[in-house]
Amino acid sequence: MSESRLRVSKIDDITQIEFIDRNILDEANIQAISDEISGIIEQASNPHLLINFANVDHLSSAALGALITINNKANEKSGKLRLANIDPQIYEVFVITRLNKLFSIHETLNDAMEHFNKATS
Amino acid sequence: MGDPQTCIRGSETVELLNDRQAINELIERILALAITTGLKDAAIFAVRLAIEEAITNAFVHGHQNLPGDVPVLVEFKVSQGEIQIAIEDRGPGFTPDTLPDPTLIENLSKPFGRGVMLMKAYMTEVLYNPQGNRVKMRYITP
Repeated sequence: MSESRLRVSKIDDITQIEFIDRNILDEANIQAISDEISGIIEQASNPHLLINFANVDHLSSAALGALITINNKANEKSGKLRLANIDPQIYEVFVITRLNKLFSIHETLNDAMEHFNKATS
Repeated sequence: MGDPQTCIRGSETVELLNDRQAINELIERILALAITTGLKDAAIFAVRLAIEEAITNAFVHGHQNLPGDVPVLVEFKVSQGEIQIAIEDRGPGFTPDTLPDPTLIENLSKPFGRGVMLMKAYMTEVLYNPQGNRVKMRYITP
């Protein structure tokens, strides 16, 4: 089993996931990340995931594909995926691909957490 | 020799294996050259993304039925205000014009099919040879 590329913590019923790598470009790493997050989703009955992009400088379309797969899996289990702390240059990639319409994207972790709490209250 | 539209005169040519370290080193080398010509942060981000996508497409799609040790050809030329990069795989090629638009609502949740559109969005010009196994990208400083 290879070393995790993620830092995972749990606050209430929300799983916060932070990427360790600055560049999410490598096919093998992307697959490992996707598998690890998919495992978290499979273990939860109603997965609430918050992915923190604070460390990320670059990502590829393969990384976008992995995020879409994760989003689809979370939705299938009536869960919710939110993304936060995305660098402006990377946010532009989401805008160009119109994936800003697919994902729930928040400027900060706090903002994302508030939206989770509003949705459950 | 080759297709005139995607040819780069006076370029440096590298045979690149599908090895992450070799890919990183080549991209860093091209970008370091680009920085010496005054290319700024946003442009570096754009060029890096486009090269990554083109190399990934070459290996993942172009070489999907070829042994893992078959290299792709990367040609590049950096001059004042302009970067040209060509990537040629040894696969059968494809027809880029027939790719579905990934930004259509019905395609948004499909986890693939965004590489070529990102290359076109970030580079000044993206041209394929008639066979579709070689792409030439050009970035011109605005």
